[in-house]
Formats: sequence, structure tokens, C-alpha cells
Amino acid sequence: MTSSDLNWGAIVIGGGHNGLVAAATLAKSGRKVLLLEAGNEVGGAGRTEEFAPGFRVSAVAHLLNRLHPDVVKTLELERHGLRVERVDFVPSVALSKDGPLVLHGAYGEVLSGASRSEQSAWKVLRAQLLRYAGVLKPFLSRRPPDLAGMSLAEMTGLGQTALALKKLGKEDMRDFLRVLLMNVYDLLDEQLSDDRLKGLLAFDATLGSHLGPRSPTSLLGLYYRLAGEIGGLAGAQILPRGGMGAVVAAIRSAAEKAGVSIRPASPVAKVIVEKGRAIGVVTQNGETLRARTVVSAINPATTILDLVGPREVDTGFVRKVKNIRMKGDAAKLHLALDRPPQFAGVGVAGHKGRLVIAASPDHVERAFNPSKYGEFSPEPVMEITLPSLVDASLAPSGACVLSAVVQYAPYALRQGWTAGKPQFLKAIMAQLEAYAPGIGATVRHADLLTPADIEARYRMPGGHWHHGELQADQMLMLRPVSGWSGYDTPLEGLFLAGAGSHPGGGISGAPGLNAARRIIAMRA
Amino acid sequence: MNQHPTIKPSIDARALAQSHSRTLRLGTPFQPRIDALGLKQDWYSWAGYRAPHSLWDEELEYFAIRSQAALFDISPMTKYRIEGPDAEAYLDRVTLRDVTKLKPGRVHYTAWCDDEGFVLDDGTLFRLSATRFRLCSQERHLPWLLDSAFRYEVSVEEETEVVAGLALQGPTSFAILRDAGFAGVERLKVFDLAEFAHDGATVTISRTGFTGDLGYELFVPADRALSLWDRLMAAGELRGIRAIGYTALNRARLEAGLIVANADFTAAEHAIRADRLRMPDEIGLGFMIDPKKGHFNGRRAILEARAKKTLRHVLVGLEIEGNIPAEHAIVYYRRSQEVGLVSAAMWSPMAKRNIALASLQRPYGDTIVDDLWVEIYAMRELQYQKLMKRAKVVPRPFVKLDRRTANPPADF
Repeated sequence: MTSSDLNWGAIVIGGGHNGLVAAATLAKSGRKVLLLEAGNEVGGAGRTEEFAPGFRVSAVAHLLNRLHPDVVKTLELERHGLRVERVDFVPSVALSKDGPLVLHGAYGEVLSGASRSEQSAWKVLRAQLLRYAGVLKPFLSRRPPDLAGMSLAEMTGLGQTALALKKLGKEDMRDFLRVLLMNVYDLLDEQLSDDRLKGLLAFDATLGSHLGPRSPTSLLGLYYRLAGEIGGLAGAQILPRGGMGAVVAAIRSAAEKAGVSIRPASPVAKVIVEKGRAIGVVTQNGETLRARTVVSAINPATTILDLVGPREVDTGFVRKVKNIRMKGDAAKLHLALDRPPQFAGVGVAGHKGRLVIAASPDHVERAFNPSKYGEFSPEPVMEITLPSLVDASLAPSGACVLSAVVQYAPYALRQGWTAGKPQFLKAIMAQLEAYAPGIGATVRHADLLTPADIEARYRMPGGHWHHGELQADQMLMLRPVSGWSGYDTPLEGLFLAGAGSHPGGGISGAPGLNAARRIIAMRA
Repeated sequence: MNQHPTIKPSIDARALAQSHSRTLRLGTPFQPRIDALGLKQDWYSWAGYRAPHSLWDEELEYFAIRSQAALFDISPMTKYRIEGPDAEAYLDRVTLRDVTKLKPGRVHYTAWCDDEGFVLDDGTLFRLSATRFRLCSQERHLPWLLDSAFRYEVSVEEETEVVAGLALQGPTSFAILRDAGFAGVERLKVFDLAEFAHDGATVTISRTGFTGDLGYELFVPADRALSLWDRLMAAGELRGIRAIGYTALNRARLEAGLIVANADFTAAEHAIRADRLRMPDEIGLGFMIDPKKGHFNGRRAILEARAKKTLRHVLVGLEIEGNIPAEHAIVYYRRSQEVGLVSAAMWSPMAKRNIALASLQRPYGDTIVDDLWVEIYAMRELQYQKLMKRAKVVPRPFVKLDRRTANPPADF
């Protein structure tokens, strides 16, 4: 084992986007920061990768819809190449055999393809959803309130939320509280009648979680989605040029500018703990690196159980960490196509957007049912993008990239993914064929990543992009575990900064930024 | 005469299927002998077992401990067998004291805490070999012990039912063991243990006990329990050996200044009220905390409470004027301000003092130790007489006997 005399201000483990954000923010505060990435490239699940000769695609996350404005501002990402403009907003298209329905602008500012009465019902519901998500927004971005020892700033933050609630007015506030823990299925039934629209919303509410639209609390997922914003507009989404890797590149550039030393291909074997304090890490190559602060932007369970080890923390804490649920249900499909597919009835703008196969809330629910018993959906629901239509450089000339998030694909498939994967791919292709006839014949290469593949490739236990189910019992003060939601851990000098921490996953940078701010505030 | 030909058999069948309801409390492996001696039929439930408060005479049972030898059945005590290459490291993480310093063949008194640093229980840890331990305690902890074993190469098994235990305590206890033929028992120093042959099996004898007197504890497979009892009783006949119940033992332990879980403090998993939880420093177990040893459960919380001075209680020994036991009396500062409660009290025949254990709210008992009073309700011919008595904080143990630690042990 070699030992380095060099002492770092902070070592950040994991070069996913949250790790990069945390490292950059800490470096900007004057700390000497080293970032250790296990893979050959930073970016984690936000990388852009070549999956077939000449075809490149966003590895896991393919839509940018929640990059936190404070991250953009703090790291001056626009100066580092991030471009988000209103013209880049892409629509969401609910595919249906009855013809598509399109949500234009920021989450359906304009709805087309629906009846006049449905349009006005949507206008009311959309406003309400955004209003309620707005109340939760500060909660879903800042450090969760520390009820035991609240600082003045935290009190002020809570006060603002109370004020926002009050501003809703009496009727609205009651309704907000009434629907908060409802399932999305029943709520949609109260206000809408178009199955296509309801199907899309039911899909969005349950995307990335082990819930069906009829599962209690499934509405929270929709709030989480709408609490995100891009370009200053809640619910908006873009397909970043260059794929998600371009967004990561901007963050990386900001980190490097701030002085972060980035070391790829340096997986960490161990966090060194002395007398209850994390004092550095040992890499898998046997190098010992010491630091004043160790920040883990990888999975919380991996951090505590594998890098720290249960011996250095208390039994009750280990119990909690072991109980974090994180078995993913989402698969990722990449297709290299000879030519752009034609989804029936969808226009040019629609093809550049997000195409959703979720014909009705019942369809989503039926797709969910088998996953409870370890089986994949025979008629899966999915969110499709064609990124090469937005950025032609992602595919060879004339060819096309298809990127889809497909549910439900339970991590622990009963029959095992070796046997299940070809069958699941077949089920997905049958769905695609139904909406884009002829697509199957144009497939040059198909790459299906099951949660098991995502786990292995992107070091996400359970293949779960939130690094822990994002449900009511694992949110806010309960994330990653109760009592330790503020990015600190029972070990002095060790902080968590990944998606497993509050508020959760998606390309937001919020956990990374919050963790860094916490470290700076603690003068750690 | 009325006849009920069909009803009776069906009741019998049902009663047979519910035989557990007729054995209200379990018997220990020694029960046949204890039942035969239990003249007073004064039983209580000790962890579900039928244990005697007193067998024949509380006073004489107590004096058997101090003047002769007393035999007390400790089989209901919860016992865990902890074994494996990581057993030492595992126990060092679970319990407060430094297990790496506990040598094979030694016993130490320790305690263990939850994440918040609150005491789950106290007990004795026997190191039977480099890789094998026995942990004895008042309460049951298997889920906690098993969850704590995650990523340790160690097995944890409850052995309460299969291992019978006896405490042989009192000045003649050593002589009895020697006369019973346990050759080499004279070599045991306090907190030593060794194995001896008994009835084709092995008995583990340790020089430990809960009386502050010369004494031993013996652990034997349950099916050899009765022969061990008989062997000791035969050897001890001329040295005054007597079976005793808990009331007598409880007096001896109070004189020795020892605490009892859920009597002198509320174990963390039992406490319903948040302010009843206690850290080691709050029940006189602060000496067990070793910040220099490896990580142990509750370390962070305990050291933080010390650093931030948030410890709220203290357990003290009191000497109270007069001779009326102050059991469960309220403790006052300047005769008026309530500052704590007595958890155990007695007139000590050995110390010739009126002694008590009390939990006080800091700073009382900690930095303020003067002007403390206890309010005793003395029942005198169906009328309470309220007595306000001066109490003085005194060190524990209240009774210190040289024979407990003398080497070689005295031959009384």
C-alpha cells in the first residue's frame, strides 16, 4: 500500500453528476478537492455512450427536466456550455390507436388532440398540479428540515412553505392536504375523462418507482416530476444536444475550472475510519488518500455497508440502511435504426419530443401488476425519445437513435434476466411495432438494459436510478434513512451526496449541491 | 345421580390440548429440588420461569449468604452462546467494555447500548475460549444480537434452556466446592473461570456472583442439573449450605451496590416514556466507556452527550439517617425540591447503615450533594407516618468484604 502525503480538503467518491456538482461547489468554496470515479469516464448514468458503431445515446437519463436552477447558477453552467432555451422545449405525446394527444410547451401549456371540454379540464388540473407541486418545491429541493436542531435559515424556509400553503387559500389548502397521499388513478378520474391524457399522467407519476397508478401515494411521483424545472419553467423538458453527456460535460468543465482534480478509473475500496471519523479512503489499487472531508456521491447502502463497513457504525443504523428499498423496475432500450421511425399520426415536432406508450391508467396498472410477482409486463409502458432528430451527430447520416425507458422490468425477475431479456425485448418490440409499424425491420442493433444490467454497468444497486425507492416512506426526513437525512452520517467527516439522499434521483444536482452547502455550513 | 357421559371426555381432550395453560410458569432444571424446599410457596415470574421470592425464611436466607453458603438458581438468566473467528470483534462492537482485553478464562461485567447511547441491558460476558463466549443478561436480545452480527463471522444462539445455572455464594462456598471434589477450584481468582468434570459432562465454574461476597457461579448442561445440585448439597451439609430465593439475594446485591435492569433503571427497549431512557453515565456505568477502543454501539451518542454536557441523571448510593428503609421514596433538595427517586433501599445488617440506590436529576447527586432528603412513608399500625430524613451521597459498594477477593479463598 502506498501512502500519499498529500492531504485533500475533500475527497468526493463517485463522478456521477451529483458527485461533480458537490466537488465543484466545494472547490469553489476554496477547498482542495479530489474526485474519484470508478469508471473510465465521469457522468455515471448521465453519460452519452456509443452503443453501436456511429450511434450514441444518453446512457440512462435521456430527458433534462429538473436540473436545479441553483446548480446552474452556482456553477455558472451556461458559461460552460449548457444551453437551455425555450425553443428547445419538447412536447410530450400520448400515443394511442385513437390518434395521439400532444402536451405542448412546459407540461402541456397547450393541449392538442383532445376535446374542447377535456382541454379546459386539463387547464384547471394542470394549474392545480403545478400550484400544489409549487408548495412542495422548496421541500423537494432544500435540505430537509432538521426537527431537532433547526437553524434560522431552515426555520425561514419552513415558514415560507407555511406561507405558500396559506396563500393557497382555505379551500385549496384543504384540497392540497386531501390529495397529497392519494393515488394518481383516482385523482385523474375525478377531473379528466380522456384515457390518453390520464394514461400519460399515470405513467409520469409512477415512472421510476415500484408503484402502479392505483397504489396509494402514487400522486407524489407526479409532484416530484413537476417540482422540477428547466429554463425557469416547471414541467418543461429538453433533449440535450450531445445527449446527457453534454450536460455532464458542462458540470465537469465547471468542476475543473474550480480546481477539482478528477481521477477516473479509481474505484474506492474503503473509507478509512478512525475513532468515529472518516479520514480518507483506500482505492482498489491500494492507494491511501487522506482528506478532511469524505463525500460519497454513490449509493448510500454501498457507502455504509461496503466502503465504511457495518463495524464502524451502530447496529440500528445498519438495520435502517439494509432496509432501504431499491429494486428498480425500469429498463432502458437503445435501438440503432436504419431510418427514423414513423409513429402513426404524430407530426415532425412530436417525433422530436417524448413519445409515451401508456394508453390508459388501466394499461399502466396492468403493466405494473406482474412486477409485484417478479414478472415483466407482457405489454410494457414506455417513454420514447429519438435524440438523433434533435442532434443529428448522434447517428450516422440518415440513420436514427431510439432511446426508451420501459416499465415494468422487476430487478429480481423470477425466471432470471438471462432467459427473460430476449422475451422482454420481444414484448417491447411488439408494442413499438403497434405504434410505429415497420420499425422492427429497421433495427440494426438493439441494446436492452435490464435493472440488473444497469446495476452492473452504472454501479446502481438494484438498477434503481433514484438509489432508493422514491416513495413517501423514503422521502424528505426519511431519506436515505430516518435521523440522517441532512447529508451527514454517524461518522464525522463523512457525507452523502448522491441521489439516494434527499430529494432523490434524476439529473437535478440537488443532492450534490445540498450536501456541499451543508459541508460548507458545518465548516467541515 | 346425574350422568354426563358425553361431556367429560371432550373436556379432557380439550384440556389436554391446552396443557400449556396449566403450567403458568416454566420450571427450571432444578425445579424438583426447589419445589421440595419451597415451604413458603412464594413464587414470582423471572423471565417466564417460576422462581422463589423466598423458600423458607427471608432473614435466614440472607444470613446464609453472609455467614454460610447460599445456593441460588440462576437458570432463568438469559444466556447466549457466541462463537466464531469474529466473536471478539463482534462483542467489542456490541458491548461497552474492551473485549480485546478480556482473556480466555475470564469474565467481565459489561453493558450494551442502542444507537442513541441508551442502555439496553447490563450483564456478564464469559470468555470460554479465544473464539467462544457466553453473554448473560436479564432481558432477551436475540434480534438485536443477530442484526449486529451482519458481516461478522460469528454465530449467536440462545442457550437459556439448555444450560442450567447456579450461584453458590457465601463464606463457605469455596470449601464446599473443594469438598465436592472440584480439584483446582482454589486457583480461581475473582472473575476467573474454568471447566471441571461433572457427571460425565463439564461444569463451568467462575468466581463471580451478585452478592459482593466470596462466591461462584456454575453452568452445567440442563440434564446434569440435578446431580450437580445434589453434589453441592451433600458436600455443603456441614458447612451450612442453604437454598435461597431472590429477596435475600436482592439484599446482598444492594449491599454490594450492584444495579438491576428494570429495577434501578429502565432498559431502553422497555421504556415507553422518552425521559426514562438512560445512558451508561446516568446509571453509574460510565466506567465501562472506553473511547480509545474500537467502535461500539452508542459511542457517538455517548461521547456527544459527554461533550455537550447533556447527561441528565445520575445514579448514586445514599446513606439515610434512621433505620427505616426508604424504598421508592422521593428524594428532595432542601426538603422541598423534588430531585429524584430511590429505586432500592434497606437497613444493611452488614454495614449497620440505612442504605439506598437513587436516581437523581443532575446537578443533584453530581455537583450538588448536600442538603438532600428523602421522604419515607413508614406504615405504623395502619397509619402512615411521614418521615423526612437526611440523605448523604456515599460511595458504593456499601459493604466491601475482603474475602470476596482473597487469594487463596478462605477455608471457612
